[in-house]
Amino acid sequence: MMAATPAAATPAAATPAAAPPATGAIGVPLARIEAREKVTGAARYAYEHQPDEVAYATAVPATIARGRISALDAAAAMEVPGVLAVLWHATAPRLQPVADGELAVLQSGRVAYRGQFVALVVAETLEAAREAERLVAIGYEPEEHDSLLREDHPGLYAPETVNPSFPAATSDGDVEAGLRAAAVAIDKTYRTPALHNNAMEPHATVALWDGDDLTCWDSNQGAPAHRATLAQVFGLDPARVRVISPHVGGGFGSKGSPRPQLVLAALAARVVARPVKLAVTRRQMWAVTGYRTPTIQRLRLGADAEGRLTAIAHDVVEQTSTVREFAEQTAVATRMMYAAPNRSTSHRLVALDVPTPSWMRAPGECPGMFALESAVDELAIAAGIDPIELRVRNEPEVDPHSGHRFSSRGLIACLREGAERFGWAGRDPAPGVRREGCRLVGTGVAASTYPVYRRGAQAFARAEPGGGFTVGVGAADIGTGARTALTQIAADALGAGVDEVRVELGDSALPRAPVAGGSAGTASWGTAVVKACRALRERLDGEHGGVVPPDGLRADADSEQDVADQEPMARHAFGAQFAEVKVDLDTGETEVSRLLGVFGVGRIVNPRTARSQLVGGMTMGMGMALLEESVLDPQFGDYVNHDLAGYHVACNADVRDIQAHWIDEEDPHLNPMGSKGIGEIGIVGTAAAIANAVHHATGIRVRELPIRLDDLLWAEAADGS
Amino acid sequence: MQPVMTEIALTVNGREARLAVDTRTSLLDLLREHLDLAGAKKGCDHGQCGSCTVLVDGRRANACLALAVAHQGAEITTVEGLAGGEELHPLQQSFVDHDAFQCGYCTPGQLCSGVAALAEARAGWPSAVTADLAADAVALDAAEIRERMSGNICRCGAYPGIVAAVAEQAAR
Repeated sequence: MMAATPAAATPAAATPAAAPPATGAIGVPLARIEAREKVTGAARYAYEHQPDEVAYATAVPATIARGRISALDAAAAMEVPGVLAVLWHATAPRLQPVADGELAVLQSGRVAYRGQFVALVVAETLEAAREAERLVAIGYEPEEHDSLLREDHPGLYAPETVNPSFPAATSDGDVEAGLRAAAVAIDKTYRTPALHNNAMEPHATVALWDGDDLTCWDSNQGAPAHRATLAQVFGLDPARVRVISPHVGGGFGSKGSPRPQLVLAALAARVVARPVKLAVTRRQMWAVTGYRTPTIQRLRLGADAEGRLTAIAHDVVEQTSTVREFAEQTAVATRMMYAAPNRSTSHRLVALDVPTPSWMRAPGECPGMFALESAVDELAIAAGIDPIELRVRNEPEVDPHSGHRFSSRGLIACLREGAERFGWAGRDPAPGVRREGCRLVGTGVAASTYPVYRRGAQAFARAEPGGGFTVGVGAADIGTGARTALTQIAADALGAGVDEVRVELGDSALPRAPVAGGSAGTASWGTAVVKACRALRERLDGEHGGVVPPDGLRADADSEQDVADQEPMARHAFGAQFAEVKVDLDTGETEVSRLLGVFGVGRIVNPRTARSQLVGGMTMGMGMALLEESVLDPQFGDYVNHDLAGYHVACNADVRDIQAHWIDEEDPHLNPMGSKGIGEIGIVGTAAAIANAVHHATGIRVRELPIRLDDLLWAEAADGS
Repeated sequence: MQPVMTEIALTVNGREARLAVDTRTSLLDLLREHLDLAGAKKGCDHGQCGSCTVLVDGRRANACLALAVAHQGAEITTVEGLAGGEELHPLQQSFVDHDAFQCGYCTPGQLCSGVAALAEARAGWPSAVTADLAADAVALDAAEIRERMSGNICRCGAYPGIVAAVAEQAAR
């Protein structure tokens, strides 16, 4: 176990009755509970569970983007020594219907996108499975496919809602009139490419049947939700299904919902009557594990001569698949960011022959705020007003969309503190005039925001007869530090030391809890954990005089009602990000020499892990600005750069001076911890801050990500267009 | 076609392993699937992410790009072999102290890479950012560490902690 902090000293049994003393466990930079396991290689991830007699499966992807499978010849594959089975839609067992069509694996001969799993090979060894996979001969009846997003696509339609349940369009006032009345206005279109989450651990499952009882070791962001889906797909009582995920190698949204390999592994294990392991390969991840939709976003902003917004309009075009609708909420943040009398937003989708887009870190806010915060910068330049000052002048008193008051809104404080730390004062707004050797230097700023969500959860807290406490919640630690944060939260609520508390998570056998998603993990799980711990402490002290009974003592809690009862309010986290870039005049290469974020995210549970998470989000945002793009080949309807040599994420040498800070923010309207989620806000606004800095450096406004060398190669000749 | 099995002997973390391997088996799959050493990770299986980095005869290598059968007599060190019993390797301790990881999946590769990078610098091996190519030893400043650790991708973005951890050991 990690060394206890100085605050972690109070022995539980000796704690007096009545209210537990605050141990100060919250706010302490405790090292990760599982740190030792992770640095010694002892931490076992999903694929690393090795039941006896385990067999290996590999999935066969479709090589057409649309059509039908006409025939499949498995004879050659079956002749490979060690091959146990080749499954496809004609031979695979039937599954129960499920809402997410991506999970109806091997149930029909339809091919909805290139790379969709259409067959599965199971063998004694991985080598045999891989060899046989190449020998499966599949005949297709291909159909014309249509995989490229464009703003004039005839198939564009307005969805009923965008994720999770927002109206697709909003309108307040008269945007056209507001734009006509404006002293300055901009009307620009911004584009973001398809982006892939690319967690380091590819999605993987080890499935084991014991009669009708199914156990899966799986890499996911929420074992209980994955269990529920598995039970549904196989028509089982959920009590007969267990999903175990103690360590998960990142997710960033892509493991928030079950992926085909989970169902396929269980299906295969049933067929061969042996445990089966199946990992999605890195290259297959581009097709079957979700991605962020490309977006085309038109921003129209109008302002009076003092920079006060008269109109905001944000119109989004994005894609979904023919398998199911996924409607990214790209313009939703624009509804509450700034005050303006006239505002409208809209989303239109087209269902293409592509994999279904899915959750990727800050879905909606991340691409949407790239466009909005770039446009605000353009407006500030057009109005001749400092971009921080322009944002300050448009600060709303209440949420412009809902009319609710904000539980707290730290945007201006973050902008001010960031400006101070970054050295913004005295910045010359003129673009393209600072030169260091062969490089142009510029700085930029953008705002960040992310909603504060919370969902109902269950948890237990148990006082152990031998001393110490066990806290159980069906949470997930995908690298966020959840295990550590919940240990601190529990210790605080119990009035115990962190070294006396053991948190169990990552197992569907634990009390039901929502997925790690929407930056709501700590808030959701923490609320239930605090409730269970306080109940236990009350009973322990009130009924047992502070002495743990011989059999121990357990308290259970459910926070569903607490969450439902919370007062309607606008609850959001805010932040400000500042970038300094240096653009090489000879190569067009952009170096982010400094990146600094200041965030208003409520109370910080663990400054060590919080800083890492915020920096991690900013780093991914830097990758989005300069590197990341999944390039679709319209001829094949597939992403051509589908590996880590072709899809570049930020590497160590890309990250120089990067800093995350936070303001002191007391917000009593959130949850017992007073915390806001921090997993996603770090990636919101980063790309805009960098693009704004690139404009300041070069005079070139890049409205299509990523910012490429050839966008900037003629930087010196640029005139600021 | 029947798999071709070949008997090999190699040393892994100081212990001799003698077994018959399928000639198609990578060093990474040998470790993970046959020797119960799951520390080295499979992140891409294409030599692009560095998660599988191990030490082969003291030098870092992508185990996913190496065939097991080609390692007759080799000395392999994986992350499981870095610590001396209960006591962590100093770089492992620095990783803990500097929060040099989040999900932990790239961590074993980062650690093996870091241990080798420290040795390479002490031996005077230059990198792309080394100014004096003739120096006997290279001082590992932040730029050197970033360059030398860039073969190991961390999607969580723990790079500042990784640089701080390696720098701490470089200064020892």
